[in-house]
Amino acid sequence: MEQIEVVHVPKAEGMTGDPMVPRPVSIRELQHETHDTFTLTLEPPDRDQGLPFIPGQFTMLYLFGNGEVPISISGDPAAPMRLVHTIRAVGSVTRPLQDMQRGSMLGVRGPFGTGWPVEEARGKDIVIVAGGIGLAPLRPLIYHLLGQREDYGRVSILYGARSPADILYRRELESWGGRFDVDVSVIIDHAATDWYGDVGVVTALLGKVRCDAGNTIAMTCGPEIMMRFAARELNDLGVPDEQIYVSMERNMQCAVGMCGHCQYGPTFVCKDGPVFRLDRIKPFFSIREI
Amino acid sequence: MSGIHDLEQLIRVHPFSQGMSDEHINMLKGCAKNVCFRQGAFLFKEGEDAETFYWIRTGKVAMELHAPPKGTIQIDSRTAGDALGWSWIVEPYRWFCDARAVEEVRALTFNGVCLRGKFDQDPRLAHEMYRRFVPLIHRSLQATQLQLLDVYGAN
Ligand SMILES: Cc1cc2nc3c(=O)[nH]c(=O)nc-3n(C[C@H](O)[C@H](O)[C@H](O)COP(=O)(O)OP(=O)(O)OC[C@H]3O[C@@H](n4cnc5c(N)ncnc54)[C@H](O)[C@@H]3O)c2cc1C
Repeated sequence: MEQIEVVHVPKAEGMTGDPMVPRPVSIRELQHETHDTFTLTLEPPDRDQGLPFIPGQFTMLYLFGNGEVPISISGDPAAPMRLVHTIRAVGSVTRPLQDMQRGSMLGVRGPFGTGWPVEEARGKDIVIVAGGIGLAPLRPLIYHLLGQREDYGRVSILYGARSPADILYRRELESWGGRFDVDVSVIIDHAATDWYGDVGVVTALLGKVRCDAGNTIAMTCGPEIMMRFAARELNDLGVPDEQIYVSMERNMQCAVGMCGHCQYGPTFVCKDGPVFRLDRIKPFFSIREI
Repeated sequence: MSGIHDLEQLIRVHPFSQGMSDEHINMLKGCAKNVCFRQGAFLFKEGEDAETFYWIRTGKVAMELHAPPKGTIQIDSRTAGDALGWSWIVEPYRWFCDARAVEEVRALTFNGVCLRGKFDQDPRLAHEMYRRFVPLIHRSLQATQLQLLDVYGAN
């Protein structure tokens, strides 16, 4: 089998203690974003340092007596005292989480995993392609880019959602779109007549993106099929796989590469990912059995 | 006529004409008009004869289907630089959906009957146009298939 070399982004400083033992955290705020998506702001386990993390990393959130789920950190990496997660209520852990009250306790492990290549991207044009809940793991990256805007070239954010009511972080998207130094495009699958924006698939937006393909880093998160087609479209624009990063959100359990639950080809999504450079995982990207 | 308002010039600067010969641009010009639609106006409606197509210069067009009891649904959109409409190439030349200006639209419109006549005179022009329209149709079909998958829906 071909050897896959994995890019390791250094882990955040915030991880202390036994990575297998959840630390108790309380819910500071629960905000409903869309009909099935909500944002939890947690008190960080360490009240002095907060929970430092790299954009793209995730934690394991433990709903006591119920189960544990991997959720990306969606807050601002410059504000580690606010531990923020945006969650879509889909099943046995994430649904009851939606009904939690302020002050309720959860367990948290992490942060885990690799992050978006913010250092490598310095000085380059940035194309972000997000779909649905996939905007959440990219939001810390966007905060970072906007916070250090002069360090990067053109920044384009392309976001696809199912309908206008499903658009995540709508107010923030509007405010980012209002800046002169960021291009924001939102496209939705279908809409009623009161929608004034674009309709179609997010890959359709790539044809109009302004970037210097040879000097661009593209980062994408969303349904795997969307990322696959976005990658092809980026290739057609001249952006090679070595400049494309994807976040693979395979189901996982231990989060430290021991249980094998999230094995993806020869890699583990939890410790070698979730952010991968596309050329490193390309052989497995469209294999049905994986 | 001067500058940007010159019809030939408007055709030349539109991305859809890139790489076309002077001769073919001239033939297109003979079937073209510069038009403007107010916000809310319809460029065409489902079931009508499809005798035109558009190259959008500015503004946005929503493509819509009326689907009771859901109401009217936007299924696609076109903006500056895009071409809109290929029903004029395919028999029985009838629009499949409505096209409504979501904001004021400035566009070039081409008479499909006129152009089909020119295709018979010069098959190379037909080839040039098909070469541009087929990828459009192909992309649109692929996009529709992805939309059908409802990829952002809950698993
Ligand atoms: C690294 C990583 C980061 C993630 N970040 C986020 C995030 O920021 N926000 C968010 O809402 N979700 C995120 N997820 C997905 C989230 O972990 C799952 O939705 C969650 O585990 C579902 O748990 P559940 O017990 O509520 O649902 P279950 O009862 O386990 O499953 C309900 C349904 O969801 C499907 N499902 C479960 N896990 C996944 C998954 N990982 N991917 C796709 N479908 C799944 C199941 O197949 C089933 O159909 C992330 C996943 C990973 C691996």
